[in-house]
Amino acid sequence: MAKKLDLRRFPGFLPMTWLCLFLLYAPLIIVMIYSFNDSNSITQWGGVSLRWYKDVFWGLEAEKFKLAAIHSLIIAVAAATVSTTIATMAATAMLRAGRFRGKSISFALINLPLMVPEIVTAVATLIFFSTIGFTTGLTTILMAHIVFCVPFAYLPIAARMQGIEDVYEQAALDLYATRYQAFRLILLPLMAPGVISGFLLAFIISLDDFIITNFVKGAGIETLPTAIFGAVKQGIKPNIMAISTLLLLVSVVFVTLSYLVGRMGQNKK
Amino acid sequence: MAGGMVKSENTNTSTYAGLGGWLILPTWLVIGFFLLLPVGIMLIYSFLTKEFRGGVIWDFTFAAYDQFFFDRGLFGDDPAKIEWTYIKIFWRSIWQAGIATIFCLIIGFPTAWFIATRTGSNRSIWLFLITIPYWVNLLIRTISMKFLIRDTGPLNEWLMSMGVISEPIHMINTNFAVQLGLFYSYLPFMVLPIYASVERYNFALSEAAADLYASRLTTLRQIILPTVKPGIIAGCILVFVPSLGAFLAPDLLGGAKTFMIGSLIEEQFKGNAGNWPFGAAVSMILLSLVLIVLTYYARQQSKAEQG
Repeated sequence: MAKKLDLRRFPGFLPMTWLCLFLLYAPLIIVMIYSFNDSNSITQWGGVSLRWYKDVFWGLEAEKFKLAAIHSLIIAVAAATVSTTIATMAATAMLRAGRFRGKSISFALINLPLMVPEIVTAVATLIFFSTIGFTTGLTTILMAHIVFCVPFAYLPIAARMQGIEDVYEQAALDLYATRYQAFRLILLPLMAPGVISGFLLAFIISLDDFIITNFVKGAGIETLPTAIFGAVKQGIKPNIMAISTLLLLVSVVFVTLSYLVGRMGQNKK
Repeated sequence: MAGGMVKSENTNTSTYAGLGGWLILPTWLVIGFFLLLPVGIMLIYSFLTKEFRGGVIWDFTFAAYDQFFFDRGLFGDDPAKIEWTYIKIFWRSIWQAGIATIFCLIIGFPTAWFIATRTGSNRSIWLFLITIPYWVNLLIRTISMKFLIRDTGPLNEWLMSMGVISEPIHMINTNFAVQLGLFYSYLPFMVLPIYASVERYNFALSEAAADLYASRLTTLRQIILPTVKPGIIAGCILVFVPSLGAFLAPDLLGGAKTFMIGSLIEEQFKGNAGNWPFGAAVSMILLSLVLIVLTYYARQQSKAEQG
């Protein structure tokens, strides 16, 4: 037994893992620490305070960031809702509907947004809206977000559905349930953790997007990331640290929720 | 997760047989209409004539591709020479993305191995810790890195106070900064697929090798690496492809000398260049490059599945 364990171990792999975690977290933690800096300069440490958080909510640029945050939130909720619905239907088609025409190409289509480089998607979408004469604004951002949210919502939903045997639905059908009832009353509740997990991931992905939003947003319309980018172009100010920390925490909370929901479902099974 | 694919294995379940076409229709409408069609239109755009300050004139021309590959002098009537400016930008992008990929592999492989050999809930906690940074806004991660490595940033301050260096190391706006940014952006992409393939690795093979007096290094080289190769290739592609077209890392961490494809494209649409057909052409060339890499990957995968 001791020998078996030994074979799994390579000298130096544990320190490498710690190094990996350190590299991943150090910059984020440092920004979090400096967001509490009570100083006008981002380099000098002037003690702990919440002044930059106050500045984010009530300062000079507060209105700008508030509006951007509202835009981001509306788009993220809408994009996550629509893409989760689409992804749930797609997963049912791919995993529960037997064979149909164009199935394998449909699978490639679902994953297409992950294959095409983001900047190419951004360019194509901008050109598309410009060609059909659609004014860029919140709607165009939303359309673009739905597209790239679909594969992210699809992953946990399909993974979950794969783990559910179809005997429960078959039993329901044998007892004269319609297929819609079997879906709504059996399959959907069983795969709810996957759907919630998918929704949360789509929500974060939409909330985080910068490149595509930057291309398809109209003049004057900002989401949180584009507003932050615009501000950073003038130089990193302490209020950027505070707002980054807030957004970072939102992402971490949502990912943790998504992870816990996914696990909760597995334990039940 | 994170860019991976869920393979549709149980194709036999057919509770909703006959509805497949209807259920997949919204996907086709959304991705087909808002991604596939736009890429098609972008291809057409790359053959149109530019209008100043953005937009196009619907006149068919090869001008955009000509501008990319050939130098015809100031007035456009010299004999065509090869234009190196843009090819160099592509070459630099490939190089930067390649370096970032190698660094990700050096750090990512041991990490993935270590996590995959943990047991039970320990393993999922490690995995979760690696995944979290991926979901944190890329812009914020890049800003954090920019802040950290500035000349007067915490890293230099700390190194100077420790007495390791006497002058701040200039890192920002260098190739190194961009490589570091790309590395930092996509490191989790390397760990996850390698983790998945190590998890499936049968350690009886290592035991057999050890019984036959193979050293640990020999086992690693001749048994383990070939077995987990698909995961390594997948990880490399997941890091390399987005690095190639990255915009944020070169824009925020780099300078004029580290100009990459992403910035070149952005400049055509949002910046001063305002040449939409050229931007579309560069995007098409980037997309073709990515498709070549992905096709190569798909070939390797199907070979591995058959072999």
